[in-house]
Amino acid sequence: MPDLNPDVWTCPLPLRDYPHIVMGHGGGGKLSTELVEHLFLPAFRNSALAPLGDAAVLPPVAGRLAVTTDCYVVRPLFFPGGCVGDLAVNGTVNDLAMSGATPLYLSAGFILEEGLPLADLGRIVDRMAAAARAAGVAIVCGDTKVVDRGHGDGCYITTAGVGVVPDGVNVGVQQAKPGDAIVVSGPVGNHGIAILSIREGLEFESRIASDTAALNGLVTEMLAACPDLRAMRDPTRGGLAATLNEIAAASHVGIEIDEPAVPVDDEVRAACDLLGLDPLLVANEGKLVVVVPAGLAEKLLATMHRHPLGTRAAIIGTITDRHPNLVVARTAIGGRRVVSTPLGEQLPRIC
Amino acid sequence: MKYLNEFRDGDLAQRLSAEIRAAVTRPWAIMEVCGGQTHSILRHGIDQLLPAEVELIHGPGCPVCVTPVSLIDKALAIAATPGVIFCSFGDMLRVPGTREDLFAVKARGADVRVVYSPLDSVRLAKENPDRQVVFFAIGFETTAPANAMAVHQAKRLGLINFSLLVSHVLVPPAIEAILSSPTNRVQAILAAGHVCSVMGYHQYPPLAERYRVPIVVTGFEPLDLLDGIRRAVLQLEAGTHIVENAYPRAVAFAGNRPAQAMLAEVFETCDREWRGIGTIPASGWRLKDEYRRFDAEDRFAGPDFRSVESPHCHSGEVLRGTLKPNQCPAFGTACTPRTPLGATMVSSEGACAAYFHYGRLIDLGTERATCPT
Repeated sequence: MPDLNPDVWTCPLPLRDYPHIVMGHGGGGKLSTELVEHLFLPAFRNSALAPLGDAAVLPPVAGRLAVTTDCYVVRPLFFPGGCVGDLAVNGTVNDLAMSGATPLYLSAGFILEEGLPLADLGRIVDRMAAAARAAGVAIVCGDTKVVDRGHGDGCYITTAGVGVVPDGVNVGVQQAKPGDAIVVSGPVGNHGIAILSIREGLEFESRIASDTAALNGLVTEMLAACPDLRAMRDPTRGGLAATLNEIAAASHVGIEIDEPAVPVDDEVRAACDLLGLDPLLVANEGKLVVVVPAGLAEKLLATMHRHPLGTRAAIIGTITDRHPNLVVARTAIGGRRVVSTPLGEQLPRIC
Repeated sequence: MKYLNEFRDGDLAQRLSAEIRAAVTRPWAIMEVCGGQTHSILRHGIDQLLPAEVELIHGPGCPVCVTPVSLIDKALAIAATPGVIFCSFGDMLRVPGTREDLFAVKARGADVRVVYSPLDSVRLAKENPDRQVVFFAIGFETTAPANAMAVHQAKRLGLINFSLLVSHVLVPPAIEAILSSPTNRVQAILAAGHVCSVMGYHQYPPLAERYRVPIVVTGFEPLDLLDGIRRAVLQLEAGTHIVENAYPRAVAFAGNRPAQAMLAEVFETCDREWRGIGTIPASGWRLKDEYRRFDAEDRFAGPDFRSVESPHCHSGEVLRGTLKPNQCPAFGTACTPRTPLGATMVSSEGACAAYFHYGRLIDLGTERATCPT
């Protein structure tokens, strides 16, 4: 792994002349080239990227191709547990994994704001490279543009991902069937609360870190143990509530969850209660929800518990043919309520 | 944080529910005053644990909901003024004024910021001496001490670029307005625990006596609410009308004296318009003369049009407890959280939003469900 600490870079070239991103870094000239050669290439180094051609040319694969893309915009760029770079790799890897694909390659597009410290970009790229290695994917092509100061939040990243779906794997959000069990891979709400805890104007002391992680390793184990997984989704923006509603709508089924069974860390629950937020609606970046035939649920759960990202996996509910398109939660005190899709961002309450 | 799960214990909840069922002999209408209590009731399904005889009427204690539309319009006009940093609690951003909301003004380029404490806006004023920083100071007695502290600090720091748009309202006058109304159906009151933690509950015995209603100071967790309801029902059945404190872990009779001293330093009582209800005498606070120069209403021009409420919004009746949200003809059709006609459909404490989100338009008992969205 090349050392990306700009203070100890061995290359004495103009990158060091500009400790911040300037417009020229996106101009396609020498500054752009230097950014690629001294920052991106050493971090992402792989045989497909190395020729720096107009397109990465990749070997043939066996199976159906899965392609996805996502844009990553987060403020602040660095937060407890990760940074925009981790999200950009893990988010796209997870989108591939949720469709049953084995993630193979990523592209990375950067929109940088003039004035972004190069050291920050170095850290972001470093984290992306580490996340890609951890997920077993290669970043094979990329692009960089620079926008005027004040026209971006430091660094926006777009990644596209290509993966291959092995024969026999067929997961889809429209396949949930009455009687199926719903499993979540671990405690929810950590990412959203971690971001909120350091956002300007809302800072509060907490030890909550983002859960950003690539889930493809966990999914591989799950599929090996239970090839018959029906539906899988990572509950990112909109949280568990949005994901469950998507499954209910796509499969035309109802969902019943047992609210106390949904794992939520005490600190996250406390922060949510203080701010007037519902943990079911708070974003995650390293969790998945899976629908599985009831008879396989315990076996799947045992498999998940053996994986580091699934140690706190739990069965949280069932698919039902009653109240189609509706998610209903049984509360701790024995009441019932509808869990609806959030309209937009949750707004912290007044008192 | 401790003391969350302890107050959501299912077995204890069932036990309290059984006590209420055993005690009740005829129909009673109990009002929970605070919007936070309304949300807790619907979110946890507390109403489903009650016998049919006990009807909960949702009160006016949602600060966002009762802020008059004219003041929202004023906030929008100030936020749109060049050079202004307009700070608000998150809840207020989607509340509709006559023409639009703060989100719309923000999207057109206004600098609208969500803060969690008014002291953050004082800090912003210090950091941005060339900008005017305005804080939208709404809320009941609960939020008022921090707002008072913000002005107090701004004065001490000599800040000339900080001001408050004040719309503080007070709970006891609102309770009295409801109880004295000729259409009143409320037979017992669950007083808002957080308001009482600041102000105490010494104002309530005269009200309980005059209107012969039991008043129970009640918290927000499921067991708090069930205990408050249980005590109210026991009093109603026994024909008594005293003030009880069912939230002693947070509320003392005299309240929080230092907070009250800060309030007395900065604010004075005034008449206040309540959205959907009208003007209630001596039901609000405004800045005292010594602090009047921090009043954003004096510093900025208001809107150049007349404020009007949507004629289809029945939030006034909802706030007075004479109409349930799902009895409103616009509920869930013309009025949804996406297209709110009134603030009660917006705020996290608004009764209409609570009914909408937690599905009270749906009869889950008979499973004749349709999707609310």
